[in-house]
Amino acid sequence: MSSIVPAPVARQPWQMLFPLFVLIGFGALVLFSAAGGSWTPYAASHLVRFAVFLMMAVVMSRFGKDLAQFFAFPIYGVIIVMLVFVEAIGFVGGGSQRWLDLGFMQLQPSELMKPAIVLVLARFYANLPIGMIPTWRSLVPAGALIGFPVALVLLQPDLGTSLAIAFGGFVVMFVAGLPLRWFVGAGLAGAILAPVAFFFGLQPYQQKRVFTFLDPESDPLGDGYHITQSKIAIGSGGFSGKGFNEGSQSHLNYLPEPHTDFIFATMAEEWGFLGGIVVIGAFAFILSWGLSVARNSQDRFAKLLATGMTATIFFYVAINLMMVMGLAPVVGIPLPFMSHGGSSMMTNMICIGSLMMVNRWNRKAPRTGLIS
Amino acid sequence: MSRFRKPSRRPIVSQTTIDNAFDRRTFTIGTAMGGIGVLLAARMGYIAIAENEKYELESESNRVNLSLIPPRRGWLLDRDGAPLASNKADFRVDIIPDRTPDPDRTVAALTKILDLDENQAADVRKRIEDSPGFQPVEVASGLKYEQFAAVSVRLPDLPGVVPQRGFSRFYPTGPSVGHLVGYVGPANAEEYEEQDRNPLLVTPGYKIGKDALEKQFEQELRGIPGARRVEVTASGRIVRDLETREDVQGDPVRLTIDGPLQDYAARRIGLESGSVVVMDCDTGDLLCMASMPSFDPNSFSQGIGRVEYAMLSEDERVPLRNKVLKGLYPPGSTVKPMHCMAFMDAGVKPEETIICGGGRRIGNRFFNCWSNHGVVDMAKAIYQSCDSYFYHFAQQVGFAKVAEWAHKMGLGEEFPLPVMSQFYGTVPSPEWKKRRHDSEWQPFDTVNSSIGQGYYLASPLQLAVMSARMATGYKVMPRLLLSDDRPKFEHFDFSPDEIGYVRQAMSDVVNGPGTAGRARLPFDDIKMAGKTGTAQVVSLSVSNGKTGPWKYRDHGLFVFFAPFDKPKYAGVVVIEHGGGSGAAYPIARDVMTFLFDPAKGMDALRPLEEQWGGTAQQRLDAKYRAYAAAKGEAVPPAPSRDEDIFDQVEAEARVAARQPESIAEESNPSRVDTRSPEEVSRSSGAADPIAPATSGETPSAPADNPQ
Repeated sequence: MSSIVPAPVARQPWQMLFPLFVLIGFGALVLFSAAGGSWTPYAASHLVRFAVFLMMAVVMSRFGKDLAQFFAFPIYGVIIVMLVFVEAIGFVGGGSQRWLDLGFMQLQPSELMKPAIVLVLARFYANLPIGMIPTWRSLVPAGALIGFPVALVLLQPDLGTSLAIAFGGFVVMFVAGLPLRWFVGAGLAGAILAPVAFFFGLQPYQQKRVFTFLDPESDPLGDGYHITQSKIAIGSGGFSGKGFNEGSQSHLNYLPEPHTDFIFATMAEEWGFLGGIVVIGAFAFILSWGLSVARNSQDRFAKLLATGMTATIFFYVAINLMMVMGLAPVVGIPLPFMSHGGSSMMTNMICIGSLMMVNRWNRKAPRTGLIS
Repeated sequence: MSRFRKPSRRPIVSQTTIDNAFDRRTFTIGTAMGGIGVLLAARMGYIAIAENEKYELESESNRVNLSLIPPRRGWLLDRDGAPLASNKADFRVDIIPDRTPDPDRTVAALTKILDLDENQAADVRKRIEDSPGFQPVEVASGLKYEQFAAVSVRLPDLPGVVPQRGFSRFYPTGPSVGHLVGYVGPANAEEYEEQDRNPLLVTPGYKIGKDALEKQFEQELRGIPGARRVEVTASGRIVRDLETREDVQGDPVRLTIDGPLQDYAARRIGLESGSVVVMDCDTGDLLCMASMPSFDPNSFSQGIGRVEYAMLSEDERVPLRNKVLKGLYPPGSTVKPMHCMAFMDAGVKPEETIICGGGRRIGNRFFNCWSNHGVVDMAKAIYQSCDSYFYHFAQQVGFAKVAEWAHKMGLGEEFPLPVMSQFYGTVPSPEWKKRRHDSEWQPFDTVNSSIGQGYYLASPLQLAVMSARMATGYKVMPRLLLSDDRPKFEHFDFSPDEIGYVRQAMSDVVNGPGTAGRARLPFDDIKMAGKTGTAQVVSLSVSNGKTGPWKYRDHGLFVFFAPFDKPKYAGVVVIEHGGGSGAAYPIARDVMTFLFDPAKGMDALRPLEEQWGGTAQQRLDAKYRAYAAAKGEAVPPAPSRDEDIFDQVEAEARVAARQPESIAEESNPSRVDTRSPEEVSRSSGAADPIAPATSGETPSAPADNPQ
């Protein structure tokens, strides 16, 4: 870095922040269009939220490793309690509920669980004696740590989020060095059990949803409507799009949820293939930065934490993009940094904050301290 | 994968192996992420670039809604250019069942807004149930603008409801023309499939001809639909108009029918069930084809209510059948003059006589005549309708000869008319009986057939044609489409004397010592000729034919032409179960009176209608109301008619049009339309700017007409 740039600024991970700003700004533009050419109600609050959560991420990045390790289990415990609490309220209130009303915001504990599961598993494996890794002692407690929140979220019921939690935990277990044959075995068992579960475990309407995903044109006005309209939006955008504020699919309400789950389709209709490459490219920069942070780390806890956080962001991006392009069934998962919505922004910025924190530890060398 | 394999049992794990595993596995994850990223980019490129055209098209078809504007239907005009079927501007509300999540609730809301009664609401619900779902169902039409506006502003709460401004078919004289012109209605599923799924057919408010002329001239009347391209949201709300092409109204179809005469004849039938046909002897123009009782095509075209339909289909007088074309009756004595011509052709001289002794022996059986006529020649046989004469000479010339002439005169024939179907009846003959019943012709078959009974069956149209051919000696062909050419008809090989003889005899039926003295026209200079007929329906042992149950009474028939010495008009009146020809010829007399002097005709009709309880339309409305009341259902008042133009085809219109003339010319009650073409065009042109306004050929009497 040249000396013109002040050191505190130059120190920041610009290879991640620059693509992030691109995504946020681009997202704001698309939200501006999705609101029919207006800053309200989406675009302005999107930018404000990002500013708030970026501050939060910067603050997080100042935390030391010991502090993070120390709070891993308490944080996990608190969120489990909140999940149980949500269940209880839902049970008493006679309907399913996913959030807690804190007065100033509605908090979804299941969202917080996504980074928390990564944190707690990283903490668990970091302190597990290396010799125990190939034994049941590495598997059973981790399985319980993952299984409990996943089961609670499934009860809500929220399949998308519980899959995200399971995926984050699974990736941490994978990179923690657990024997590969366990994963291969689990994969085989899943491959055998999936059809059985499909035909005997799922209700007819759930089976229909899967069939619709496989062939959306079979039911263009019913379940396949979302996928079909999303593909029409992306496909009609062409190479360079219909132009800013010119998207008919989103403006005329053909596209469902144009500002949240299907924001990529909204974007692609107006910005075309070029816009899509920019978004995918920006995510590629951010995620590869996340992985490089993990690989550059000398500390086992930091490595696992960074990999898990990166995987969590990746899960959002991949599932959302596959969904809007008709490669995955419709599950309610928003696109990080572009979709309108506080909870998802918070989760993803916690992941970014954690990565910045690890990045900071890396530069400080493997020394430890409460606030380094 | 083998490089990941750990030694079996307990693998050696150390900080180094774990770090290596971490590096390998994060690399694997990174590669997988990159792979998915590339996959997503490729997928996006495929959708957005390779399949761009397809999706662009789909996006356009999402965005742009092409809605057809139903073309205004062409008018059906009478010979003077007045509309028998026209259109009137109409505010309408439709509902598309597929887009209505809760039809019952929506219909209930509409019932309230539009002030529909329970009966109508039930009809709508039934129609929604029966409909295929994608097709709009009419909720109400003929709405006032306030009602239309009231629905329009509540649209957000009424999913699937479509308010429309359109045109609805209107038949000014209602039941008078029901059978003749038919009616229109929404296309059904089969018609939609038949016409290559033409989207016009399922456009809300679009109706196609369902019967008779409306169906026959569908292509001419249809016109070209307009189109409106609009940008719509997913919920169907119109954002803006993109472009609009106006519709082109269908071509008018000009008929030979004389509207006021048709209306008059239909109304004059009164409470009876029957038909009146009048045609022009020179051109074959059908001036009137009235069949009553009838239905009101306006009700059908607005989607007939189930109560009204039930009333019509339960009626023993079959108001749903066109009796002119599809009513078959034993012609009875009306065929006698025609048989006389057959006898003459076979060499029988009119002066030859027989003795009627209250009947006559044919072969070894004695057949009764209806009276004892003494010495009978041909003229007396006609005006006194002596059966014995016909028993004798039919036996003498053979019935095959007579049947041949019956066919030449139009009986048992079909005519090239634009109608959906016509029944051709039966002219019995030895050859026909062999073919049909596989049995030999017997003398009593000749006897029965010679007086128009037995197997003989004819439709009123055929009898009218027979009358025209007999009166003129030409093979007059009936026609229904007005044309300027004067058709050339083949002449039957009769001398003017022979024709004159039959004419005179038929005139004597009315004006002389004949069977229909009451049919005399109230004019000094115009005489009508005719022949009565009474057709038995059941054997005399069941009923005497005059009284008793309606179903058992004799049919009354009367064929006629006038003026008798220079026939211009010919026709027939058939009254089903009228109890004899006495029911028929007064109607013929009044119809012909109206034709020559409308005012006199109306004077005859008015007191009758007062006695019957109103015009045909009023009686039909009243009957419907009474029927519905008996079923415990309320019906709305009949729609009022506010546009004067539609009155042109009513019988009264003719009187009104003639009044100034009659004052000017006092003593010339001619049927000649003396209005100049400009006058005609002014009066009929106001009705419809698109219809050809001038009345090119007015129904004028020939120059040598003696009247």
